[in-house]
Amino acid sequence: MAQGNFILREKEYLALQASLKKLLANSYAKVVFLVDKNGSLIASAGATGDFDTTSLASLTAGNIAATGGLASLIGEKEFSILFHEGERDNMHISVVANRIILVVIFDRRSSVGLVRLRVRRTATELERILRDIDAGAGKEEEGDFEELTEADIESLLK
Amino acid sequence: MSFINYSSREINCKIVYYGPGLCGKTTNLQYIYRRTNPESRGKMISLTTDTERTLFFDFLPLSLGEVRGFKTRFHLYTVPGQVFYDASRRLILRGVDGVVFSADSQLTRMDANVESLENLQVNLREQGYDSDRIPLVMQYNKRDLPHVASVAELHALLNYRNVPEFEAVATTGVGVFETLKAIIKLILIDLKKGGR
Ligand SMILES: Nc1nc2c(ncn2[C@@H]2O[C@H](COP(=O)(O)OP(=O)(O)O)[C@@H](O)[C@H]2O)c(=O)[nH]1
Ligand SMILES: [Mg+2]
Repeated sequence: MAQGNFILREKEYLALQASLKKLLANSYAKVVFLVDKNGSLIASAGATGDFDTTSLASLTAGNIAATGGLASLIGEKEFSILFHEGERDNMHISVVANRIILVVIFDRRSSVGLVRLRVRRTATELERILRDIDAGAGKEEEGDFEELTEADIESLLK
Repeated sequence: MSFINYSSREINCKIVYYGPGLCGKTTNLQYIYRRTNPESRGKMISLTTDTERTLFFDFLPLSLGEVRGFKTRFHLYTVPGQVFYDASRRLILRGVDGVVFSADSQLTRMDANVESLENLQVNLREQGYDSDRIPLVMQYNKRDLPHVASVAELHALLNYRNVPEFEAVATTGVGVFETLKAIIKLILIDLKKGGR
């Protein structure tokens, strides 16, 4: 309606995951993940079992939306980087290409400076993958849901 | 805007419960949470004030099984109903795939219902949606209370699009799942028409 659906295919999904894995390793993070601005988890790497990634995704998107609202009230476009410091774990949140959110959770084994540095490089990579996603939009596979029947829907809702 | 991952074969859709303050939006989600088995739901998050009013949103993720080989996930949100939280409501509507409008059936709340519905239309349009086409379901809540408007009156006042409508008592669960199923169905039909 406002925009089309966000469609992710195998090739780009694997590319996103590879990029996150690299970031995880070279920033010494605990977990890294990507969220769309509506709060859906797109991809993740690291100790995801230790975190409630679904909740994290939703609250991260809410956080970015709220600070974005604040930004526009003071005439800024967006605060594209947020950093939350905890006693044990820290969160680095950044908006990539204006539309997806990259989250890095790390502890004392890393530092905010290192994370910031690595995130910058990853962001460039992610932007490239996003361009590939856009280029592939509107092709093949998307037919899958046209065949969705009343019976399919009913069986889901029984 | 649904998020479809063809690689992990997942669909994510966003449903927003809208309506005036205290109409029962949070209560809907709480009931759904209680009556859904733990494997199908995530944690319910409520960002509330000290007095338990919704400050930013409630969030409840549900996984409902598969259609056409795709796992379906629905993210349920509520908005804060009070008039002065309009900025937050606009943020929560971003990327929404379907809306449940929950009305308070009490006669004294008719103005609040109308005001909230008009606010919904304005905010949807502001986010670039066609407020006459987005999947929408009406819920007339608090049917258990005395001094409530009739369904015919509520219909005439609020349901100008003639969308599916349900009577509900969110506290005891009457109509809660019927409402949820109806909006999910409309969203999937919309998805079938192909992402717009
Ligand atoms: N009698 C009655 N009370 C209800 C019903 N639904 C919600 N409530 C009560 O109305 C109050 C406000 O509900 P809440 O869900 O917090 O409203 P929200 O502001 O829309 O999120 C609470 O005290 C609920 O217990 C209903 O169907 N009948
Ligand atoms: Mg509430």
